[in-house]
Amino acid sequence: MMEVVTVPPFESFYEEHRDAVFGLLARRLGRGRAEDAFQETFIRALRAYPRLEHGRHLRAWVLTIAERIAIDEYRKPNNTSAHEHMEFGLEAPPEPEAAYAELADLTDRLPPTERAAVVLRYGYDLPYDQIGRALGSSEEAARQAASSGVRRLRREGAQ
Amino acid sequence: MNTVSPELDRRFRDAAAATGLLDVAYDLVDSPVGTLLVAVSERGLCKISFDPDDRLEPLARAYGTRILRTAKPVDPVRRQLDEYFEGERHDFELPLDLTVSGFYAQVLDELARVPYGETTTYGALAARTGHPKAARAIGTVMHNNPVPIVLPCHRVIGSTGSLTGYGGGLEAKRFLLELERGATLFQVESPSR
Repeated sequence: MMEVVTVPPFESFYEEHRDAVFGLLARRLGRGRAEDAFQETFIRALRAYPRLEHGRHLRAWVLTIAERIAIDEYRKPNNTSAHEHMEFGLEAPPEPEAAYAELADLTDRLPPTERAAVVLRYGYDLPYDQIGRALGSSEEAARQAASSGVRRLRREGAQ
Repeated sequence: MNTVSPELDRRFRDAAAATGLLDVAYDLVDSPVGTLLVAVSERGLCKISFDPDDRLEPLARAYGTRILRTAKPVDPVRRQLDEYFEGERHDFELPLDLTVSGFYAQVLDELARVPYGETTTYGALAARTGHPKAARAIGTVMHNNPVPIVLPCHRVIGSTGSLTGYGGGLEAKRFLLELERGATLFQVESPSR
């Protein structure tokens, strides 16, 4: 039996995860662009919050939203984040969770969708249907993105 | 370190309030009787607590989980409380959004009618709700008053004139009663009124 974890008041959730979210976005987008993405992440979380059925994996959930927003930013035609990312990628990983931080470094060079799928699957143990929803695609697409990400990492690791 | 700056934090909180998605917005309000936690919904005032670190979970259960500390929605309450503590406001004009019903709601209704600068007793309030023997139950309702100061449970005292008790402490109760008495005296003595 899984223990029932109630959804905490949004204030507690926000206080607990805001630095992790901002850290992730700053690594992806640079501090400047991370600010807007940060706001958007938590507004989206606020919108979806009443639909949460329990309070488990909230860190993974909100980082999934942040990943999705970072990917959208990457895809914008005139984005300069690749350049900023180089600059800010040099900072120490701000992630307090070791598994995630390690994966974040390892997967730095993966295409954004594969990277998100790998991190969420293996860093946070999120099921593929949730990852799919978070990435705006399907369970199957999430599974494929994660496995091609892993294949790519293996290839690069073998070189 | 990539931590959220106070500016960004404030911007997000303002933006969240502007979306209209919050079930409850709350903030801390300084007052002469200590720092108050004040919570409002879109419909009105939900809670005033003398404990600024009061838990948010009961509010979440009653109003929904989307609770966030943000200043702006609380500003009208803050303003009226400031005016009250300056002796300039005798009646609050704030919509209330309380999750009470039955006897509890009836008692709070009667409580709201006790005028500024006056006191009543638990027994008298019990009589006015049609339950003259319920003085003790009245005490319980006062103790659980969700919006003290605005609903003036400080104006309810023991039949011997003793202050009995108060959620914010007896000092606070005495302060509020003296504030109201002082303002009343000032009114009577002032030749311009």
